[in-house]
Amino acid sequence: MVRIFGPLIGLFFAAALLWSFGVGVAQQLREPDPSTAVKDFHKDPKEDIKFSFDGPFGTYDNRQLQRGFQVYKQVCNNCHSLKQIAFRNLSALGYKPAEVKAIAKEWTTKAKTFDQKTGDAGERVNTPADHIPAVYYPGTGNPPDLSLITKARHGGAHYVYSLLTGYSDQPAALLKKYPDSKTPDGLYYNPYFANLNIAMPPPLADNAVTYGDGTPATLDQEAKDVSAFLTWTAEPEMQKRKQTGWPVIGFLLAATALAYLSKRNIWADKH
Amino acid sequence: MAELLKAEGTIDAPADVSHDGVRRRDFINIAAVSFAGVGGIAVLVPLISQMSASADVLAESSTEIDISAIGAGQAIKAIWRKQPVFVRNLTPVEIAEADKVDPKTLRDPQTLEQRTMPGKTNWLITMGVCTHLGCVPLGAGQGEVKGEFGGYFCPCHGSVYDTAARIRKGPAPKNLEVPPYKFTSDTVVQIG
Amino acid sequence: MSFPWANQYKPKNPLMVYLDQKLPLPRFVYNAIGGGYPVPRNLNYAWNFGVLAGFCLVLQIVTGVILAMHYAANSMIAFDSVEHIMRDVNWGWMLRYAHANGASAFFVVVYIHIFRGFFYSSYKAPREMIWLLGVVIFLLMMATAFMGYVLPWGQMSFWGAKVITGLFSAIPLVGEPLQQWLLGGFAPDNAALNRFFSLHFLLPFVIAAVIILHIWALHIPGSSNPTGVEIKTESDTVPFHPYYTAKDGFGLGVFLLIYCTFVFFLPNQLGHPDNYIPANAMSTPAHIVPEWYFWPFYAILRSFTVDFLFIPAKLMGVLAMFSAILVWFFLPWLDTSPVRSGHYRPLFRKFWYLLVIDTLILGYCGGSPAETKYVLISQIAASYYFLHFLVILPVVSSIEKPLPLPFSITEAVLGTDAVTA
Repeated sequence: MVRIFGPLIGLFFAAALLWSFGVGVAQQLREPDPSTAVKDFHKDPKEDIKFSFDGPFGTYDNRQLQRGFQVYKQVCNNCHSLKQIAFRNLSALGYKPAEVKAIAKEWTTKAKTFDQKTGDAGERVNTPADHIPAVYYPGTGNPPDLSLITKARHGGAHYVYSLLTGYSDQPAALLKKYPDSKTPDGLYYNPYFANLNIAMPPPLADNAVTYGDGTPATLDQEAKDVSAFLTWTAEPEMQKRKQTGWPVIGFLLAATALAYLSKRNIWADKH
Repeated sequence: MAELLKAEGTIDAPADVSHDGVRRRDFINIAAVSFAGVGGIAVLVPLISQMSASADVLAESSTEIDISAIGAGQAIKAIWRKQPVFVRNLTPVEIAEADKVDPKTLRDPQTLEQRTMPGKTNWLITMGVCTHLGCVPLGAGQGEVKGEFGGYFCPCHGSVYDTAARIRKGPAPKNLEVPPYKFTSDTVVQIG
Repeated sequence: MSFPWANQYKPKNPLMVYLDQKLPLPRFVYNAIGGGYPVPRNLNYAWNFGVLAGFCLVLQIVTGVILAMHYAANSMIAFDSVEHIMRDVNWGWMLRYAHANGASAFFVVVYIHIFRGFFYSSYKAPREMIWLLGVVIFLLMMATAFMGYVLPWGQMSFWGAKVITGLFSAIPLVGEPLQQWLLGGFAPDNAALNRFFSLHFLLPFVIAAVIILHIWALHIPGSSNPTGVEIKTESDTVPFHPYYTAKDGFGLGVFLLIYCTFVFFLPNQLGHPDNYIPANAMSTPAHIVPEWYFWPFYAILRSFTVDFLFIPAKLMGVLAMFSAILVWFFLPWLDTSPVRSGHYRPLFRKFWYLLVIDTLILGYCGGSPAETKYVLISQIAASYYFLHFLVILPVVSSIEKPLPLPFSITEAVLGTDAVTA
């Protein structure tokens, strides 16, 4: 039974697939898939910049993270939330408990309160235990929460950096080839964005912030710093992860070597 | 035939080593098994410690309570660390009653002075958690039984606390715990 | 076990003697995976993967039970509860990465285990039942893995749930109500998330039970071996312990090295970035793909682009995808060659290599965006896949002239056997 119906079913599926294949090829020959502006002009994230946390030994540079936090606070926070981060987490950037308290206290968006008895909504100052309050943005576009942005995009920190530094005028070649693809009013051309046109205006510029540690606040520097900071918000455990990983790998190497010797011993008389 | 085959299998094998005590090959086997054991125990550390309180729970948490509306003889319940806290404004009679007792006769000897802030002995702030098995004693809410010593009464197993929230009768071993707190102003107290 | 020369369990410790009389569990273990189980002496490293698969299941159950202590199966907070595990729970990041990469490790190991079975025809009599139970385990694994991927409630979770339950809507007449029943609603939401969590917790224990049957069935004929020649005498075998426990210990070490490299240094390499975006019912990710271990089957699903003989393309795709696994159930009767091992079947061996390459191509196409070139390639690859199992295997097994087999396992190992010498 199996040897009669099996081949028949096999030939049936193969025939259906080859039919699909034939139709597909014929379609391609008649009218190949049209090229699109995105296919031709979208760019992969820049890979040539280096971050301190790259590679299996990489660690965060706290001074850079603090600068990146400043950029987030003064620029990104106008539209983007960071809800997975609590003020207490900032102590990992090297802030002392009193500084964390002060940052929480001085945060412009206050924590929301709700009185269960009266039903009144209210506000209070943030404490270190609070998460960074959500930001609501009524304008065009949906600014995503940035807590996990480097994990949620191919290229991670490199993507964020490329996007922030990648704004440009629409290339003439694009407009010539795809006249319909002109960037709509209110959007901005950015070849690193998935569909080339992003609702976010260029957020950074030279001296958009003034760094406390004297680092010149160039656009490039700000983009790097905030990309590093957002990598930390996405993977605050990264340093501990790598630092745990090395002893684990070392231990396993030794254990595996011993297991190999032990296996050879036990099998010595059987080969 | 079985014997024949057995001989075949052991032709180039070294002599049985078990008679010679621990030799190099045994040592390696023991070492390998020991490594596996150490690895197994090390893995238990995260598996066990994951159950202890997580960072968000441990995060410094404090509660601010407005005490301006608590009249003499009244009390309120607040929440700190997910547990009830009793804030009670003692009347002079209740203070006198608490001071009348000789601390030496108590199960958990403490004076009211020791359980309140200097100059604010009328503000008795304690956890609302019975030191016996953790029930919430009665006596802080309006109209609740205060027990025969005028303080708190735990309905679960009958522990009775006096006006300084000291254990006087029943199975509880300790006085109601006083949480860390400070007065941030005359009308606001911060617990934790 | 039926081998008369198998070592007998003889407890010396009085406590063990007592236990053996009242509850002979140590005896059971001794006979199953201890000194009492005679195993062919010539097993190569391809035979390590059964034990490794068992290890992976234990790893997944242990880390999974722990994650369930912190995870909240509610569509409002599921995503945040996973981040809570990653950020606040002690060692939570390690446990979650161990579980997520453990799923991938489990599938790598099981795929090697299955393709070893293909090469050495481990499905052939007298081991058909082991094979059938194995396919059942694999189906249960796929269901478990799919539902587990839904739990973080990211974009891929949500749309994966929608697309996979959408497969059932291809069934004529009952399809739509069936999908609604599966989801407990019109789209994935709390009801679906909760039932997936419940089943994701339950199914691994069902898998464990079927694994016990799988091993039980294995112990009736005993393990197969690379020559495919059955065990004849004691010299063909060695006791499982210490010989194969030692070998499996070494294999486990190598496995853990690779696995830990992923957990500690490349934890998100095998995942998809979009699953770090909270589920959003209003927008589908640009390239929606399942986890890598489903890619070959996903490619088959996508290969059917036009209706065939009045059967809608959507239904054909679903039928073919399920058939791609169901066909494994019939392998024992499709391949009728008297020789088991691919080492002695020159023609069969060539097609086996072709199948490996074909599956890799299907996997690559399944993970690529739905562009025409990948669809066209997977159409060819998918036809080969079905022809391989349903046409080529029966034909090859009847026309092929196998190479001469060794007389016994001992001869294959030592070059000579007492009987022939």
